[in-house]
Amino acid sequence: MGMSLFTPLSWNDSGFILTGILNTIYISVVAIVIGTILGLIVGFIRSESNKLINIILGSFLDILRSVPLIIQLILFSTYIGAMGHPLDPFVAGSIILSLYTMAFMSEVFRSGFQSVPNSMQIAARSLGMTYWQTVRYIRIPIGMRAVFPSWLGVALSVIKDSALVSVIGYMELLRTSEQLISRTQQPLTILLGVGLFYFMISYPLSLYGKHVERKMSI
Amino acid sequence: MIKIRGVHKSFGDLEVLKGIDLDVNKGEVVSIIGGSGSGKSTLLYCINAIEPINSGQIIVDDIDVHNKKTNKNKLREKLGMVFQQWNSFPHLTVLENAALAPEVVRGLSKKDAIEIAKKELSHVGLGDKFNEYPTRMSGGQQQRLAIARALAMEPSYMLFDEVTSALDPELVGEVLDTLRLLRDDGMTMICVTHEIAFAKEVSDKVAFFHQGIIEEMGTPTEVLENPKKERTQQFLSKVLH
Repeated sequence: MGMSLFTPLSWNDSGFILTGILNTIYISVVAIVIGTILGLIVGFIRSESNKLINIILGSFLDILRSVPLIIQLILFSTYIGAMGHPLDPFVAGSIILSLYTMAFMSEVFRSGFQSVPNSMQIAARSLGMTYWQTVRYIRIPIGMRAVFPSWLGVALSVIKDSALVSVIGYMELLRTSEQLISRTQQPLTILLGVGLFYFMISYPLSLYGKHVERKMSI
Repeated sequence: MIKIRGVHKSFGDLEVLKGIDLDVNKGEVVSIIGGSGSGKSTLLYCINAIEPINSGQIIVDDIDVHNKKTNKNKLREKLGMVFQQWNSFPHLTVLENAALAPEVVRGLSKKDAIEIAKKELSHVGLGDKFNEYPTRMSGGQQQRLAIARALAMEPSYMLFDEVTSALDPELVGEVLDTLRLLRDDGMTMICVTHEIAFAKEVSDKVAFFHQGIIEEMGTPTEVLENPKKERTQQFLSKVLH
């Protein structure tokens, strides 16, 4: 099985493509999980904090949200490398993608926490619940439910944005397909296939999100 | 017994309670009436330490409520409270609403918590609603759920803060019936209420609040039928038309 130039796409490539698909799913799941956990913590801190802490935290999050992800990825991986601590592309990509996800998730969760009426917390406290019991049993579950559709929206865009991690050398689906394109010179077929993959993941999930949203508004 | 002595409470510059003295004995039903802003709801919030007080003392059994060393969460296990807004937990079924605090606060096993929740829900007439979500129920049903939820903590006292004020008129009766049921059980209760006829019927003692003080207090007959103070007379003539 020679890897000479311009060999057309064949079934032998399916393992290679599958690895790309799994790597995309892998880094997306890692970023969504870590970004959700951090976003929950940061969102909670923001909903509980005074103005000063919110301004400091808010500006840090604004930077993460406003600087294009691709620039953050290149800056971080180049800087870390230049400092003499080169990181594996997966690790560097996961760190930046998770922080980027966290920045958006924290806003989602902050509004979730703020949607829980104060009177409901007082009712819970009057039953003898401690502050943290109220957070755990009342505020998190009620607040999270309220923002589930927005959470899903952020998660979906993270899956799509994960394609950018290809620029620092992580072998996810886009980078895999770029290599296949340079070998096969069949960009149309390959990019259509990759596009279809993202569509097949995103579209059903966004339909589901809309369904949940409709159900909640009734 | 609940002993309230010389309680003062301000919100900023506004003094809402200006020296309240009140005793609530075991098994007694005390109704608090008065215009809005007279401080009657605030007093309930001070009794279970949701609001701090500026001076005075509130003793519940042997607990000095506003002492810094008092464990407020332990105190609140003794005091069930029901609010004007029922505040059902929308993510939990009716049964889970009532079983949550017994399990996480009292530390009962899930099985025991569910058992006591079922008992109290059946008591207030929600025995057929265990698996319903509260948002699908009427305000009256949700308010009865709030009562059962508080009862499931097996409190020694119940505090009711205008529990029928947010209800549609046709739903008031079922909630008042539930309160009558508790009175018949011998529950010690403080009811802040606008339902004068109800207060007359169930109370051992009625206190009329006016601008942060107890203007007049006595048996329902004394306060509601033969009020001595002019303010009380004016208030009653207004609410009874």
